[in-house]
Order: sequence, then structure tokens, then C-alpha cells
Amino acid sequence: MRYEFKWSVLWSGQSGSWLLQGLVTTLAISGLAWLLAVALGIVSGALRTVPWKPLRAVATFYVEFFRNVPLLVWMFFWYFGVPPLLPQVAREWLFDHAAEFWAAMCALGVYHGARMSEVIRSGIQSIPRTQFEAAVAMGLTTFQVYRLVIVPIALRLIVPPATSESLNLLKNSSVALTISVAELTFQTRQIETYTARAIEALTAGTVIYLVLCVGIATVMARVERHFAIPGLITRGG
Amino acid sequence: MLDLAVIVNNFRFLVVQGLLGLGGFTGGTLRLAIPAIVLGFVLGIFVGVARLARARWIRLPATLYVEFFRGVPLVMVIFWIWFIIPQLLRLPIPEYGVALTAFVIFEAAYFGEIVRAGIQSVPRGQVEAATALGLTRAQALRFVVLPQAIRNMVPALVTQMIVLFKDTSLASIIGYVDLTKAAQIVNNREIRPFELYLFIAVVYFVFTYSMSRVAGRFERRLA
Repeated sequence: MRYEFKWSVLWSGQSGSWLLQGLVTTLAISGLAWLLAVALGIVSGALRTVPWKPLRAVATFYVEFFRNVPLLVWMFFWYFGVPPLLPQVAREWLFDHAAEFWAAMCALGVYHGARMSEVIRSGIQSIPRTQFEAAVAMGLTTFQVYRLVIVPIALRLIVPPATSESLNLLKNSSVALTISVAELTFQTRQIETYTARAIEALTAGTVIYLVLCVGIATVMARVERHFAIPGLITRGG
Repeated sequence: MLDLAVIVNNFRFLVVQGLLGLGGFTGGTLRLAIPAIVLGFVLGIFVGVARLARARWIRLPATLYVEFFRGVPLVMVIFWIWFIIPQLLRLPIPEYGVALTAFVIFEAAYFGEIVRAGIQSVPRGQVEAATALGLTRAQALRFVVLPQAIRNMVPALVTQMIVLFKDTSLASIIGYVDLTKAAQIVNNREIRPFELYLFIAVVYFVFTYSMSRVAGRFERRLA
């Protein structure tokens, strides 16, 4: 049997505006979760290097526990498990203001924060100690060493893995459809439900994700090349 | 506060069916994860080797395959397989088949990249030495390059296996009864989300964390 394509379902009726709303929600939730993930990643990454053991243990526990459990479980945990523990007022406010959106943002941000922490830590650890020593020998203060030597190198080393981790976050935002956040995959399914056109609807969603991911990866590869330090970073490809 | 009775009373359902899929049940996280890891890795070896092929008509499709699946969410791939296979084969496929197909196809792209990086990490001199000894290209790959490459791949492979193990929870979206779905079913009856989801989080953690610890020891022994 031949399948009759009918691409017009993507722009007739409400489909177009659904896709657009889905894209906006995906970008909003990914953007906010990304900020949370980077903040948690920096804080926990830094805490794992402090000399006081209990603090280090807390940070290690956070990283290992949150990144080793499926994101889907965290989605359910934050959406169904956490709100009943909140005070009545906060719970009512939350369910009047898109609770599923905030739960998904927490789930994504806290999960990826643990993964981002590993990216940041390995970036800092890969800077040779001699860089630090050479900077001190040149008469820089500790603050200057960090501002002029360590941070600029670390940022460059972190760009490729942090980019791929950020793209993982963007793609993982699709898991939020399980707690009915109306993001891109959710809207794709909605178009399929209303028009019974699975292939057309899924193609539209897939193409949007591909364009986003390939676009961001291309821009970041250019950024990486532009700021590359000759002789320090060699990357195949 | 924490009501652990809900865990104790439903332990058999959660662990025997949800996690292991034993005793005539049709679900199970491990029943899905183990074949998905094995088959995904096998397909990934072909993808990785194809990406390094000399012939462009082999290399290009493999590259497109990897780039495509790495740019798309897994949830999307699961929905694709879910809608497409019944259309193509004109017969209903159980959730298990849909989920396994989706995982193998999707994860092969990631395993393929690991295999490619592993092969590229073997110095060129090794291939040249093998050729000088009279081995064919296939023999050099089979006896010289792959054994060394696999050693270099171990850390990344284990990380990917852990990722795949966690990803199997997404099979619950299409109704496959794995550990996550089992917890959902129990929760619909008992309304104890905090205890149930925390419990399965701990179960997943025990598996993934011990996988990474075993891998760490294995890695040190190989090095």
C-alpha cells in the first residue's frame, strides 16, 4: 500500500501555531534549565575541590546520585513527589502557574547540573600545573593568575564538551512531554492526534530539532576555532 | 512521614516484573536493557568502521546516520518507530519490539562514534607494521587495531551503557512495563509519589553506580 503524503496539514488549521508554541516552550525551558545547570555545575564543581571533607562529600553525592538516575524518574519525582511536601499556599500558587513547567525545569536543570559539574571539573583538571607555576613565577598575584591564565584556558577547553552537554539538555527537554509540558514533541504528538498524519507531524518536529542542534553545533565549532590556542588544543575531524 | 509500607507491599511487582521481567511477565528494565546494549554495540561497530572506510559511498551514509541520530531526541525516535513499523509491516508490533528497535538504532550512532574514536586512537604505525608483516587490511583491523582500540574505548563504552540503561525508562512512554512504568502503576493506586519515585531512583542508582565502579576497576587492570 502506498502512503499518500499530505504536507499541508502542517500549515493548515492550528498546526503551524502549535509547532511555533512548542518551539518557544522548548527554548524557554531549555534556556532556564541551562542557567540552573551551569550555576549548579560551577558551584558543585568548585565545592568538590575545597579542602573540607563534609562539603566535598555533599557535592560528590549530588553529582553521582543525580546523574546516575534516569531523567524521566526525576520528572515524575519533581512533578508528583515534591509539590505535596510544600506548604498549602505555595502548592496552590504553583498549580495556578504551570506547575509542570517549573517541575520540568527543576528536573532538567538539576540533572544536567550534575553532568555539567563533571564537564567543568575535568576541564579545570586538564590544565597543566605548570601554567599556574609559570604565571606565579612571572610575578602575577593569585587573582591575576586566575583572571589572566587559568580561566581563559579553562573556558576554551570546556567549550566542546559543554556544547555537547548543552545540546543533550535541549534534546532531553523532550522528556518533559511525559508530565504534559506543551513543548515541541508534545505539540508534534498533538498534530498527529488531530490530523492522524503521523509521518508529516513527526517529520516537522524532527527537522526543527535537527536544525536547532546542527545550527548550535556549527556556531560553537566556529567559536571554538576562533578562540583556539595554537598548540594547546588539537581536535580530530 | 516516609511510608515504606508501600514499597514493601509492592516490592514483588516493582522488582520481579518492573526491573527483572521474570515469571511470565512481559515487561522488565533488564530484559530490555541487556539486548539493547549488546545489539546497539554490534551495530555501532559496523557504523564506526564504516565511518572510517576509504570508499565515499560507505563513509557518507554512515556519517549522515550518526549526525542525524545525534541531532534528534530519543523520544522522537521512539515515536517514529512506533508509528512507522506498523505502517510498513501492516501488523501490530508489541511495545517491546518497538522500544528495542528504537534503542538499537539510536544508540548505534553513539556507540559508532566511540568505536571510531577508539580506532583512531591506535597509532598509524601499528597498521603499517601489520601490513609490513603481510596481513590484509581486514586482518590488520581484526587482529591488531580492534584489540587495542577496544581497550581505549572501555571508559566511554561503559558511560554509554549507563546512559542506555537509564534511557530504557523512556520505553514506559509507549506503555512498556519497566521499572518506571511499574512505579507509575503502583502510584496510581496508592498515591505515594515521593516514596515510590525515590525508591526507583535508588534502584537505578545502585545499578548505574556499580557499573561505573566495576568499569573503573576493570580499566585500571587493563591499563
